[in-house]
Amino acid sequence: MGDALVWLVWFVAAFGCLGSGVAVISFSNPFYSAIALIGNLASLAVLYLLLSAEFLAAAQVLVYAGAVMVMFLFVIAYIGRDADAPFAGGPSWMAIAAVVAAGAILVDVVVAVGLSAGGRLSGEADIEAAFGGPAEVGQVFLTDHLLAFEITSIVLLVAAVGGVILGSEARKRAAAR
Amino acid sequence: MGPDVTWYIVLSAFLFTIGSMGVLLRRSPLIVLLSLEIMLNSANLALIGFARHLGQTDGQVFALAVMAVAASEVVVGLGLIVALHRSNVDLDVDKLTTLRG
Repeated sequence: MGDALVWLVWFVAAFGCLGSGVAVISFSNPFYSAIALIGNLASLAVLYLLLSAEFLAAAQVLVYAGAVMVMFLFVIAYIGRDADAPFAGGPSWMAIAAVVAAGAILVDVVVAVGLSAGGRLSGEADIEAAFGGPAEVGQVFLTDHLLAFEITSIVLLVAAVGGVILGSEARKRAAAR
Repeated sequence: MGPDVTWYIVLSAFLFTIGSMGVLLRRSPLIVLLSLEIMLNSANLALIGFARHLGQTDGQVFALAVMAVAASEVVVGLGLIVALHRSNVDLDVDKLTTLRG
């Protein structure tokens, strides 16, 4: 791919990402917010491809844009009209303070990265063709980071059990009423 | 030469800011969860950007673990929201004061 094409794809994906992110937090109907988040996740997958993380781009589309978002849409459809909610209430200085706090985080991150990295962030390491493929990611995950892998599986198991318990408790209480 | 890691880090900082604004400004727990997803994904973008910058796969492995944790978080969060809905509580994070001391 030519350089100009890479930059073009980058800018389209980056602005798609930021635009759909703003859309997520500004729609009052959570259904539209969830649809906008799917666009956000898809443009992030494009950026992952540009970073030669092919396996993670595939996992992003399958796990996030597929499974997680379908779960969100099911819950939003189940809750129905109650899901609509306006912006935070309270006096407007609270909203202004929230925007200022978010802006402070942005400045903080940019200054911290800029100061600690200096000029060392330019240029990229040379990589092989296998970089970011399932073979290499799996190799590193199941050897160097085996403990992280096991802990992740336990976290997933606990979350699944927790979801079932939360659901059955709510059903019992609804039946008792 | 395409965009280097600095571009990705700045984009990730902007995404994180958008997500935190969603968490701070919105009242619906569903949209707070969606904004949390944006924040987690911005962290993933930074991790994968640095992995490419250093030419090492470890950052990508970490991003994969973050994805799994985000999926668990969504399961528990949505379970809580459904439980709240079933016990006829308003879906508004400002009104959820049951645990307030």
